Amino acid sequence: MALILNEEQQMLQDAARDFLAERAPLAHLRELRDTDNEERLSRELWAEMAEMGWPAILVPEEHGGLGYGYGGLGIVLEQTGRTLTPSPLLGTALTGVAALAAAGSGAQCAEILPKVAAGELLLALACDETARHDPGFVSCKAESSENGFTISGRKVAVHDGHAADLLIVSADTGNGISLFLVPADSEGVTVERYPVLDIGAAANVLLDEVRLPGSALLGPLDGGGDILNQVLDAARVGIAAEMLGLAQEVFERTMDYIKQRKQFGVPVGGFQGLQHRAAELYAEIELCKSLVIKALQSLDEGADDMAELASATKAKLCETAHSAANEGIQMHGGIGMTDEFDIGFFLKRCQILESLYGDRYFHHDRFARLRNY
Amino acid sequence: MSNLDQFRAETREWLEANCPPAMRSPYRSEADLCWGGRKFEFQSEEQRLWLERMAEKGWTAPTWPSEYGGGGLNREQAKILKQEMERIGARQPLYSFGLFMIGPALLKFGSEALKQQHLPPIIRGEIHWAQGYSEPNAGSDLASLQARAEDKGDHYLLNGSKVWTSYGDRGDWMFCLVRTNTEAPKHKGISLVLFDMTTPGVTVKPIKLISGKSPFTETIFDNVRVEKDQVVGEVDDGWTVAKYLLTHEREMIGGTGLARTGSRNLSERAIDALGTRDGVLDHPALRADIAKFEIDSKALALTLERFRDEAKAGASLGAVSSMLKYYGTELNMRRQELLMAIGGSEALNWEGGENGAGDLPRAWLRSRGNSIEGGTSEIQLNIVAKRILGLPS
Ligand SMILES: Cc1cc2nc3c(=O)[nH]c(=O)nc-3n(C[C@H](O)[C@H](O)[C@H](O)COP(=O)(O)OP(=O)(O)OC[C@H]3O[C@@H](n4cnc5c(N)ncnc54)[C@H](O)[C@@H]3O)c2cc1C
Repeated sequence: MALILNEEQQMLQDAARDFLAERAPLAHLRELRDTDNEERLSRELWAEMAEMGWPAILVPEEHGGLGYGYGGLGIVLEQTGRTLTPSPLLGTALTGVAALAAAGSGAQCAEILPKVAAGELLLALACDETARHDPGFVSCKAESSENGFTISGRKVAVHDGHAADLLIVSADTGNGISLFLVPADSEGVTVERYPVLDIGAAANVLLDEVRLPGSALLGPLDGGGDILNQVLDAARVGIAAEMLGLAQEVFERTMDYIKQRKQFGVPVGGFQGLQHRAAELYAEIELCKSLVIKALQSLDEGADDMAELASATKAKLCETAHSAANEGIQMHGGIGMTDEFDIGFFLKRCQILESLYGDRYFHHDRFARLRNY
Repeated sequence: MSNLDQFRAETREWLEANCPPAMRSPYRSEADLCWGGRKFEFQSEEQRLWLERMAEKGWTAPTWPSEYGGGGLNREQAKILKQEMERIGARQPLYSFGLFMIGPALLKFGSEALKQQHLPPIIRGEIHWAQGYSEPNAGSDLASLQARAEDKGDHYLLNGSKVWTSYGDRGDWMFCLVRTNTEAPKHKGISLVLFDMTTPGVTVKPIKLISGKSPFTETIFDNVRVEKDQVVGEVDDGWTVAKYLLTHEREMIGGTGLARTGSRNLSERAIDALGTRDGVLDHPALRADIAKFEIDSKALALTLERFRDEAKAGASLGAVSSMLKYYGTELNMRRQELLMAIGGSEALNWEGGENGAGDLPRAWLRSRGNSIEGGTSEIQLNIVAKRILGLPS
């Protein structure tokens, strides 16, 4: 497949850009932070996004979705990356839907997906138990009990965990990992919300002998490890798409700034010391674009080398978006360090997205393992 | 079956039947490349046959018009041919400055007579072209070149010298930037001319590189006769042609950053040399650098593919070629540095390696020139900053 957007995707991109420019520019993020919004999410905005059909993009048509695939959702995420718009797109519309699509029974999909598509239900993946991403480490235990399971453990840094209605929890079931659908309001579930460094929030989730019916099992018993990896790979590519938007936006803002900021009587963008760094960053961002579009296409095609490609993409985006955000501050000089100016927001969000489902170190290691060295 | 599927099927069948087995093995070193030209000695009968068969179909120049002997393929077909060749690990039948540099410039700027004269022999690999751009005092500032072509009525008389002429000793013809007008501003008085290097008055002197080899020369012109019909584009407007040609050169050089030499990739070599511990390469720091290198290689390969998908078949990528040149060469240099690190003291043996020719350290030293030839990395970054990012001068 050619590595370019098709017509439908271009229209989606334009629509997303226009909507966000009007309804959720960067000022929206600042407003959310500066008003007392416990959830640090705008439910009204999410309702409008639902009207645009965004939570339904990945949902198969038979469950009330649009079926535009990862290619479609990635385009929207890239645009929300530009505006740093907080929304449940990543946690619910991508990761949550991917999990159900990969492992959900007919009944589970029929019950959950239409609500997701309508923007009425928020999902969150609760897999990590350690500060550094390590999905293979699972001490959370689920034991068979009458008519179901009893699950206990502690999950940390659950993305959107503070807002989700339904948690997707990985647990050790004796002979492997299994995934469970756990309503956030179940007895024994405690959600400890904490603010993270940009404006958003995350949560640690305590599960204390939570009783679940047998129908809460998502996918095969003891067979959740592979599914989890598959879902995480989709999520990683989605995060990468968001980081691509972030990197491009901070880079473009920085280029605009150094063209007009004058020192020594000339625009600072005329200094070769800045020009060469800008040109190098441009090259890295071009490489990132290619990885992201390929990875999104490969998700839709179900490519064999998906794991390797997802790790390559996440690793590269972590590296590049981070330097773009750092250079954003450096090339703005003093004003870049101020809270009043927006550029610092890009670095904060970047650091959050980097740490989510594996930073560059995690993915360099994983990439090497996948290539047998 | 769509037309493209059918094209793929036919291509696959043809390649299976016509690509000799020996031409499906990875290059061992640069010596395995087929450069063609009058002085070229084929390494094997298979190499000769492969060139002949591919040239017959025009597939040494897949997107060039068939009227000149090219393949006449569109962008999609050319991509399929490339994929099918990669699938069986087929080598490039021909690798030449004719294909990558002067050919595209002739297609865009050459007179009909020049195209008829020069394109078919390029496609068949019969002529080795040398590039006469740089001079001792005109490197990065190429437009300050001094080699002088004096108008003698029905011909020009060329005097001056060129330097760093890659494979000047194997060159049959040269495309050469010369000053045809000494009055005009420096970018305006330049022309691109073509001449046979056996013309009286052309002398080539080998220059030895730090790799110990001499693949490039100094080329001296003493009253060399150049025919008037051998000017590409307009007289005195050679700078336009020269820049266009450079974008093709840079794209080509950028692509070589991805070329694989040797039968094993970096990580396999590293495992052979360093072994494993707990199932992974027994050197965490080197392992991380190899992973980063491999990820960047993959990303660059996809970027080349994406740019070609975005452009029209055969079209120049313009300033973007500067980015590819910069990245591809830096990447190749990283590869060579990693190979040296993996090799340790063994990589220092000047007569070591499979064929006792010290391929490893020589290739590493040669690669230092990647960020100089075709315009230095600094010059490429300048071009990206100004022409793509629009930063002020
Ligand atoms: C292996 C090899 C093969 C070659 N083959 C050919 C060939 O076939 N035909 C041919 O014509 N030429 C060839 N060249 C020549 C090559 O194009 C020149 O060497 C190159 O353009 C640089 O010119 P220079 O050597 O004069 O260096 P200089 O221009 O003197 O550069 C010296 C240093 O100054 C830096 N510099 C110069 N200007 C600027 C600037 N504006 N901003 C920032 N930094 C700057 C350069 O980047 C470099 O680091 C070859 C060179 C090599 C190494």
